[in-house]
Amino acid sequence: MNRDLKIALVGNPNSGKSTLFNILTGLKQKTGNFPGVTVDKKTGSTKLPGPSGTTVTAYLIDLPGTYSLQPKSIDEEVTCELLTNKSNPDSPDLIVVVADATNLKRSLYLVTQLIELERPVVLALNMIDQAPRLNSKFKIQTLEERLGIPVIPISARKDTGIVELKKILARPIAPSSKKFISADASPSAASIERYNAISAMVENIVHKEDNNERHALTHALDKILTHRIWGFACFLIVLLLIFQGIFYFASFPMKWIEELFIDFSKWGRLYLPSGELTELLINGVLAGLSGVLVFIPQIALLFGFIGILEDSGYMARVSFIMDRIMHKFGLNGRSVIPLISGIACAVPAIMGARTISNWKERLITIMVTPLMSCSARLPVYTLLISLIFPVGQRMHFFNINGIVLLLMYLIGFFAAIASAFVLKYLIKSKEKSYFIMELPVYRSPRWKTLSYTIFEKVKVFLFDAGKIIVAISVILWVLSSHGPSSKFSATQNASEKLKNSYAGNLGRAIEPAIAPLGFDWKIGIALITSFAAREVFVGTMATIYSVGDTKNTRSIREKMLEEKDPVTGNAVYSKATGLSLMIFFAFAMQCMSTLAVVKRETKSWKWPIFQFLYMGVMAYGASFLVYHLFR
Amino acid sequence: MPPFINKQTDSPMSMSDMKTGDRAIIVEFTDEELSLKLMEMGCTPGEIVTLKHVAPLGDPIAVSVSGYLLSLRKKEASTIIINLLP
Repeated sequence: MNRDLKIALVGNPNSGKSTLFNILTGLKQKTGNFPGVTVDKKTGSTKLPGPSGTTVTAYLIDLPGTYSLQPKSIDEEVTCELLTNKSNPDSPDLIVVVADATNLKRSLYLVTQLIELERPVVLALNMIDQAPRLNSKFKIQTLEERLGIPVIPISARKDTGIVELKKILARPIAPSSKKFISADASPSAASIERYNAISAMVENIVHKEDNNERHALTHALDKILTHRIWGFACFLIVLLLIFQGIFYFASFPMKWIEELFIDFSKWGRLYLPSGELTELLINGVLAGLSGVLVFIPQIALLFGFIGILEDSGYMARVSFIMDRIMHKFGLNGRSVIPLISGIACAVPAIMGARTISNWKERLITIMVTPLMSCSARLPVYTLLISLIFPVGQRMHFFNINGIVLLLMYLIGFFAAIASAFVLKYLIKSKEKSYFIMELPVYRSPRWKTLSYTIFEKVKVFLFDAGKIIVAISVILWVLSSHGPSSKFSATQNASEKLKNSYAGNLGRAIEPAIAPLGFDWKIGIALITSFAAREVFVGTMATIYSVGDTKNTRSIREKMLEEKDPVTGNAVYSKATGLSLMIFFAFAMQCMSTLAVVKRETKSWKWPIFQFLYMGVMAYGASFLVYHLFR
Repeated sequence: MPPFINKQTDSPMSMSDMKTGDRAIIVEFTDEELSLKLMEMGCTPGEIVTLKHVAPLGDPIAVSVSGYLLSLRKKEASTIIINLLP
């Protein structure tokens, strides 16, 4: 029986619930400072010290943060359904409610509601280290008596009180019989009644001045960060620093990785017997792999910076200062989080939109988030920028590559809000829009959690995206080193061979459609393959330009830089073509995973199909315009 | 010219009329549905609120209530009737 002990972790957003979950299960996952970052059901198991030296295995479910059992968003609905519906297979045997000790009065609203469910409840009073006045035996005991449940003071961050908590969890706990409201009260009367009961309960336990010191720093910081001028200035500076930082810090490891792969190819040529298999290994697998690995430094940095913004509490301020603008465009201040997370990856960003309670605002956020330049576009931009802008060009002390990159991100952002503005008039809804949100106290990010987050994200990129990229690279190598016609076998010229290969035929078949955008058939091949995922583009380019190259002494960039138009003799990657290609990638919906997640979140094929089409039309139109403007 | 209006009784003030630094006591709500959401976030009648920050474009606002910082739009704040404290 003990083996089946199911424990649900419940609490307000920002109560430190996820941190406690991490400590108990050792299972690392994202915990942010922004309300509602825990959107998926997370489970893990933990060992509890049972009676007389035995251990009890408990299964934990980490539920999305909620303020009450009257759900206002999908996240909260998940929590409420699971706790109130006893026939739910995940229905817990025991509820652990995590409360922020510095915010006890508000936390008790949910706690008292949970107690009234007549289930075993334990209160984990978290962040007790920051509420020293509350941490007295007498006060805790008084609270236990008044609530009728065990209360354990803990600090999930400092790892204190956890042993005591585990001991209590292993013991059988009887449900409390306390009621805090009268049965027949109307919802609003019940709320008032509940608060009166809570106020009486925290008498002599919580004092008004308890939080003053803790809030002094947050108040001082907010005076600047939400200031009418400095607020926006700081936000822009933060963004600029992130982009410059990504470019600068990532450039060194990227160079090492690039050089390493050139060396690998050289060794391969030297020591492996020449033949089909070696060719496949070097020009298919290795070329594809280097295209993936080289962008890991940038992706790691990007996820790192976004993690810091969320965990520190700054992201909530960004929502606060942006809500007015966002609201005008049919979005919500909370849309800023998905939009900014979209810079890393649209998939988790779209799931993050669940914290927006208004369906119309949520749908618009989902529809426009993929326009934000995600990390998969970064490799494409980086490669193309380095092709069309000479290395080392500077504007004052800023690297021009960094500026162009920032511009690409801004284009994505403006395209997103402009599309939102149009969608605002297309989608009808009578539901009210809210912006009632906690602005959490500033905290230093939890570096350990952060490094795990980065590690997890990079792993996902490496394996999920990497698999597709390498597979497509191999298929592509086969298609581009074999051909159907006698023309293919007749010629010995490498570029003629590629042109007459299967891949070459495919690329040339779509060339008429993409020629107005300034793309040749080689880019055509890469466009086809990158419709599975954008980052495949670089790998495809690497493969295409590696076929027939038996020396492998140059990087993809150098090979592309030397690429000349066979008719005019001009460089293929001119400013016009390069910019047009970047714009195409900025707008086109080239990501299967995103389409899948949009289908899942909107529960219909209608929205992903609409998204694919509207973004495709935008991409084609904008690329056409850009190409003809710069030609 | 209208006669002098006593803010406290004749024309009820709402939270959206507060200025940065103002302290007030929550009296009642004018929107039933919204009041539930506000109450679970700690805005209950009798609670003291302080207006801490106004967003750069004048909306939303951030108030300190029951020991933490809550942000809400002016439209939502206008459904909360308050009494200014001196």
